Amino acid sequence: MTTKTALGLQLAALAVVIVGIALVPGYVQIFTVMQLTLFASMAVLALSLAFIWGFGGILSFGQTAFFGLGAYAYAVTAVNFQDSTPAIVMAVLVPSLFAAMLGYFTFYGRISDVYFGVITLTVTLILFNVANSTSGQEYHIGRAQLGGFNGMPAVPTFNMPFNPSAPLYPEQGWYVTAGALVAVYCMLRAILAGRFGRVVVAVKENEIRASLLGYDPRLIKLLAFTIGGGIAGLAGALYVNWGAFVSPNVFSLSLSAQIIIWVTVGGLGTLLGPVIGAVLIEYIISSIGSQQVVNANLVLGAVLLIFVLLLPKGLVPTLRHLALEVLHRFRKPAAPEAAPPAAAQPLGSK
Amino acid sequence: MGPTMDIYIMLGLNALNGVASLFLLCVGLAIIFGMMKIVNLAHGEFIMLGAYATVVSTNAGVNIWISMLVISPLFVGVVGLVIERLLIRHLYGRLIDSMLATWGLSLLITGIITTIFGNTIKGVQTPLGSFSVGQYSSSYYNLFIFAMALVVMAIVFVVMRFTRFGMIARATMQNPGMSAALGINPDRVYMLTFAAGAGLTGLAGGLIAPVAGITPGMGAAYVAKAFITVVGGGTSIITGTISAASLFGTIDQIGSYLTTPVYGQVIVFTTAIVLIRLLPQGISGRFFKGQL
Repeated sequence: MTTKTALGLQLAALAVVIVGIALVPGYVQIFTVMQLTLFASMAVLALSLAFIWGFGGILSFGQTAFFGLGAYAYAVTAVNFQDSTPAIVMAVLVPSLFAAMLGYFTFYGRISDVYFGVITLTVTLILFNVANSTSGQEYHIGRAQLGGFNGMPAVPTFNMPFNPSAPLYPEQGWYVTAGALVAVYCMLRAILAGRFGRVVVAVKENEIRASLLGYDPRLIKLLAFTIGGGIAGLAGALYVNWGAFVSPNVFSLSLSAQIIIWVTVGGLGTLLGPVIGAVLIEYIISSIGSQQVVNANLVLGAVLLIFVLLLPKGLVPTLRHLALEVLHRFRKPAAPEAAPPAAAQPLGSK
Repeated sequence: MGPTMDIYIMLGLNALNGVASLFLLCVGLAIIFGMMKIVNLAHGEFIMLGAYATVVSTNAGVNIWISMLVISPLFVGVVGLVIERLLIRHLYGRLIDSMLATWGLSLLITGIITTIFGNTIKGVQTPLGSFSVGQYSSSYYNLFIFAMALVVMAIVFVVMRFTRFGMIARATMQNPGMSAALGINPDRVYMLTFAAGAGLTGLAGGLIAPVAGITPGMGAAYVAKAFITVVGGGTSIITGTISAASLFGTIDQIGSYLTTPVYGQVIVFTTAIVLIRLLPQGISGRFFKGQL
């Protein structure tokens, strides 16, 4: 398969997805549209970790910190301006800046992976505790009351750009959320195909070698982490738009764990996998939520354990591998008998 | 003694109690993470299991001291042994996978306990009575926790420093290949050390059971605290954990007194991040290098 046909196939797949998104509201109930909107905003969050962990090698245990900051930034700005246009900008900007600050502190301190995990976990807990403790009249930003553990109800949802008098209908909210998912996906694919993306992957593969080639791994990681923070913030805004509501639970540890589970289940090192993982796991959780027999934590924990121990590559890479295997069998029904032994091949001949 | 003096005494007692509980909550993790290099994110759930063991057996009529000091550490130690055999031993040397798997484990344990006991359980009363300093009162149980911290400290020190098992354990963590060559089975040593760390964590869980809010999700409140303490302390089990626990415990109590408990925690976490940035090897890596 040449690069050109591969690109053609991908564009065709993209077109199918876009047509699918456009057709969804016409064929399903409004309740399902809302649920799909939630899944799509979670998938955007999954993409943020898929990028920084799968391609940048940065395992953040606190991606919810940026998700939550984005959600709160959106809510506060939207309440103050009664317009979602500046709010969406703030929802991306605030978490990006915060990620840049935290990244400067950690990457330039050359803190190891484990400590980075602990620090991101800690930051998330701090934000959760702080957001929880803001109940009372004195905690407000402009006209927006932060509301402590009760959160902020009745946050204005998305409206037409610069036109607060025209709020979007749920169907239009679905178009925006799913559109954002496709846009973020395409943006990340473009980044990874370009020079910067390749350097990011190079730093992940071998930090010392990348720095010997003249790249500054600290800066590269910082930039990748900042991009991830911005995407997570956008997911936060999409999430608030879905529920018109934000509470400190956006910073919760269980959500942090879920993001990591999405990526592990879907497949680390792919972009499609985490999206599928997010939708699958969220669907399972929402199905569990309606009955009381099994606890959601129990299922999530079991799923994570099974995948780490038995299927560490995740769904998408495993399925891709299987598909290639099957394809291979079809093309060559009988394996060549006189295949030269592997050891006899000169190194690097492939 | 004037009222100002009283408040300083109370603050000192609270700080001492904070340091002692933090030490107890962390020492198991210092063995499992500091010594064995396993990032056990289910540490909080080990504490929770210890607390549940005490509460359930006390409510079933067992003497509270036996529940706390015998049943909790034994139960969690056995759970740790089983978990090491089934899960952890496949993950030695796979840092990221061990983090993910133990996080999965923590969710699983939380889920199992929620399924069995529901979201709340009837707690146990704080044993011993209380005494007063001027107009303030404090309980003798706080002093007991402090004494237990000293006892645990002494036991860990003596076992690690003077017994054959302690020497073998330290040698195996340093160089498993060499100790295997000398006729020791590293697999067994890892198993027992993990179980010992889990047992100490269970003991801590049992000891905090009378004074903590007991829910299946309580572990989350401790796991980050324990990790920053162990990371901040560095690899030495005793000196590292004591120094970091003293620093963070005191800051926590004073910060909470001056502001609110929530901001006290924020101050602790911020200090910890700055400390890790300044001393990536932890306090013991910088000041008490090579000590136990």
